[in-house]
Order: sequence, then C-alpha cells, then structure tokens
Amino acid sequence: MNRALPVLSVLAGIIAIWYLAAVWMNSTWVYDQAERAGTTVSFAEMVPQTMNQDRPLLPPPHQVGAELWKGLFGQAVTSKRSLVYHGYVTFKGTMMGFGLGIVFGVLLAMAIVRFRVMDMSVMPWAIISQTVPIVALAPMIITLSSQLGLTDRDVPKAVIAAYLSFFPVLVSMVKGLRAPDQMQLDLLKTYGASEGETFLKLRLPASMPYFFASLKVAVAASLVGTIVGELPTGAIEGLGARMLIGSQFGEPLIMWASLFAAAILAGLLILVVGFVERAARKRMGVPA
Amino acid sequence: MVSQGRPVIEAKGVNLVFQTADGPVQALKDVNLTISQGDFVSFIGPSGCGKTTFLRAIAALEHPTGGTLTVNGMSPDEARRKRAYGYVFQAAGLYPWRTIAGNIRLPLEIMGFSRAEQDERTDRVLELVELKGFGKKFPWQLSGGMQQRASIARALAFDADILLMDEPFGALDEIVRDRLNEELLKLWARTGKTIGFVTHSIPEAVYLSTKIVVMSPRPGRITDVIDSPLPKQRPLDIRDSREFIEIAHRVREGLRAGHHDE
Repeated sequence: MNRALPVLSVLAGIIAIWYLAAVWMNSTWVYDQAERAGTTVSFAEMVPQTMNQDRPLLPPPHQVGAELWKGLFGQAVTSKRSLVYHGYVTFKGTMMGFGLGIVFGVLLAMAIVRFRVMDMSVMPWAIISQTVPIVALAPMIITLSSQLGLTDRDVPKAVIAAYLSFFPVLVSMVKGLRAPDQMQLDLLKTYGASEGETFLKLRLPASMPYFFASLKVAVAASLVGTIVGELPTGAIEGLGARMLIGSQFGEPLIMWASLFAAAILAGLLILVVGFVERAARKRMGVPA
Repeated sequence: MVSQGRPVIEAKGVNLVFQTADGPVQALKDVNLTISQGDFVSFIGPSGCGKTTFLRAIAALEHPTGGTLTVNGMSPDEARRKRAYGYVFQAAGLYPWRTIAGNIRLPLEIMGFSRAEQDERTDRVLELVELKGFGKKFPWQLSGGMQQRASIARALAFDADILLMDEPFGALDEIVRDRLNEELLKLWARTGKTIGFVTHSIPEAVYLSTKIVVMSPRPGRITDVIDSPLPKQRPLDIRDSREFIEIAHRVREGLRAGHHDE
C-alpha cells in the first residue's frame, strides 16, 4: 500500500488533467455546432457534450478505456479489428528484433573488446547509427527489403527493431566485458588460462549484470522500432498500422486505444525482462 | 638458522625497468637472492621498493629486463606452465557469481582436473584453511578474513610447491590478521611449501619468516637479508621474546638505512 499510494496519486492527477484538457479541446466543436445552429450553450451545457463525441480532438479517459476494452475483448482475437491480434503481430516483430539486436550487440561488443582496431573503427559508427532518425530510415529499409524480394514485413520490421535495440546491448556489453580488473586478469594468468577461458570464466559472467540492465532498454527500443516499422504506407497489421489508420481515417479513438495497447505491451515486456533478470541474479548469487 | 633445502628461486643480478610516460623507472636494481625449498621469505620495505614487482616477476606477471631469474631451475614462464606456484593477491578477488567451492574449483577447471578430483581437492583445501562447510556459501556471505582464507585455499588447490602472497592480510584488522598469521604458519608447517610473502608490517614479517628480505626504493633493491634464528614452532607470544625484538630492531634499522641514502 505504501508503494501503491504515490503511484495512484500521480495516476489520479494525470486523469484529472486529462479530463480538463478534453473539455477544453473538445469544447471548440461544441461551440461551433451551436453557432451554426444559431443557438448558444452555457458552460454547464457544454461540458457533458465534450465527453462522448464521435471524433473528439482529445478523447477523455473513459472513451479510450471503452474503446480499448472493445478492441481487446469485443471480438474474436483473430479478427482484424482485435487489438489482441494486432498486438500479437507487433509482439512478434518486437521479439524478432530484440533477439536479432541482442545477438548483433553481443557479437559486436565481443569483437570490440577483443580487437583494438574494431574499437577504433566500429564504435564511432555504432554511435553515429543512433543519431539517424529511425522514421527516416524505416521506409528505406522496407523499400530495400521489397527490392530484395521479401514480400512480407516481418524481416524489415525485425531489422528496424534490431537497429534500435542492438545499441544499448552493445554499450553495456563493452563496459561489462571490460569490468574485470587487472588483479582478476592476473589471477587467471597465473593459472595459465587461455584467452577463451578468460572470456568464458571471467569476462562473460562479469558482464551479466550489465547485460540484463541493458535488456530493459533494448526491449523498449525494439518495440518502438517495430511500431515505426509498421507505420509506412502499406502496412495493415500491427499496432503501428492501427495507429496510422486511426489517424488517417479520422478515428482518434482507434488511435488512442492502439497507443494504450502498445503501452500495455511495453509494460508487460519490461515486467518479463525484469523477472528473467531477477531469476538470473538469484542464480548468480546476488544477495536478494 | 641456515636453510637446508635445495634452491627453488634464484635471482642473479635481476634488473627491471618500466617504461612510463615520465621516462624509464628502475623498479628493481641488481637483485640477488636465493630462496630454498621450505623457506618462508618475507619481503618488506616502503612502497615503491619493488617488493611486489619482484614477487610478480617470480610469477611471470612481470619480466626482468636484465639478469637471470629461475624458478625450480626453469624460467618463470615455464614454471607457470608446470603449475609451480599459487598466487594470493591483496584482495581475495573471489568471483561473486561463484560459491566458495566454485571459486576454489576455478583453477582446477582451467587445469583440466576431473570433476571427481575437483570435488576431492576442494574439500581437502577447505578443511586445510578451516572453512569446512562453507563451500556452498557465496563470497558476500563470508567475512573479509574468511574470504582471504578461501583465496588461499584456491591457491593451494592445485598443489603448487610455491605460494606467493602479496600483502594478503593487508586489508584486514589486527586481530583477524594475528589469527590468520598463526594459521598460515600451521599451514606452512603441515604442507612444507615454500612461501614468498610481501608485507608492510615489521612484526608480521618477523613472526612469520625464516628469511626476511629488507628492500628500499628508488631504485628498488635489497638492503639486508636476515635469516631468522626463531624456532619453527612459534606461539603468538614469541613476539615478546628478546630475540624477536632484536630481529625487529634489525629490520627497522635496515629500513631506515635504505631511507637515508635517498
């Protein structure tokens, strides 16, 4: 309860501000309608009319909640209108990109720590890669992959997601693999350990806390990458596509519900990663 | 008391120069020393006198730039491959992700002992350092003194004849240090190993050693080698005896002399 109270207070505050903003933003439409009809509305009459519009500028929380509920539970999960279906598509893309990002990030970190020339040549490019806006890059990756004859979107989406998620893994792993101090390296030297043994028995386990810390950032980045990959025209599946459809067809409720579905997905992913991290820490003897 | 055993470590005119950004630094200058089988040799001196560097050179962690240094008649590198020595650092340096037994198994895994032998040896050395029953604990569950004992067990696990210890008890408090010194002597008597021991503490050096090597800095060199007349059996209160105080006095004189000619 002591932990829930601050969270709930902030939540209540956000909802209050949200309602006030909804009244303010949606009131324009109410006043316009009244002016066209040649009537006037008082403030007290206006407020209820901002709560249930079909195309509100800013839908109030209960409308978004209802749309979200309908999207999640209102139809079969296989329906094209189900947020569960679109969420699954996005989840699949996120996981593929996440996996690809981890593999790529770890391999690159290993090479950078092992070879000084890689450190000097590749690391700056890895940093530059993250300064390119992904929204600009995503359509290019999709066009390129269709040029290569890949008709479905899974591969380009995974590539875009991996493009964002490999970076935190890379940076953390470089730091983690370099974490052992000289004394620990000397100790292994006195045993006549090979480079491979030093890596497996010292560098790799020493890097694990850094690795798990990076996973939370990486999984969130991967989700953002996947959604961006679903945005460019032509996509019909996934939460990103759903958001775009909502915005292009003037259905703010669909857009907002998809946005919240994405937020819920992000929360679940981070929870799972946190759980895996705790299990790993326990196995590695970290005090609870 | 003159050492009887065969020579194990022989240094003849050993020089070691580090190339640093500020120019060359002479860490060891013309070091001559013979350590015999079963000796307990302490290296004492102020920081920068090269005592740690010399120990590291014996362990092939540094390489002399002049003179000859042999371990069991071989070069230090060869001696390492023959598992001639175990090394104990100032910090226990146990891997936090391994249990105590897992830490002791580390050198055994690398040296390719069978699983059964790993377990047998781990049990044996844990008993030797009086940590029986702590094998399944993680390092953070043990006190600093116990961690250092575990690191000694790790150095003993693969039966090296030489134990090199670089200020192993330097970070521990006086009471724990006394206890561990006593235990180390018992261990030495039981195993008959040759021990090289770096320390800052005069009483520690005199209490433990059969041979005390006094060193001084800039350049790092040996100023005095004292063969201790104390008996092998040493209760803690030997430190109040006249002989003990005399040796301690000579060590202190040696340290002071080294300081004068700066």
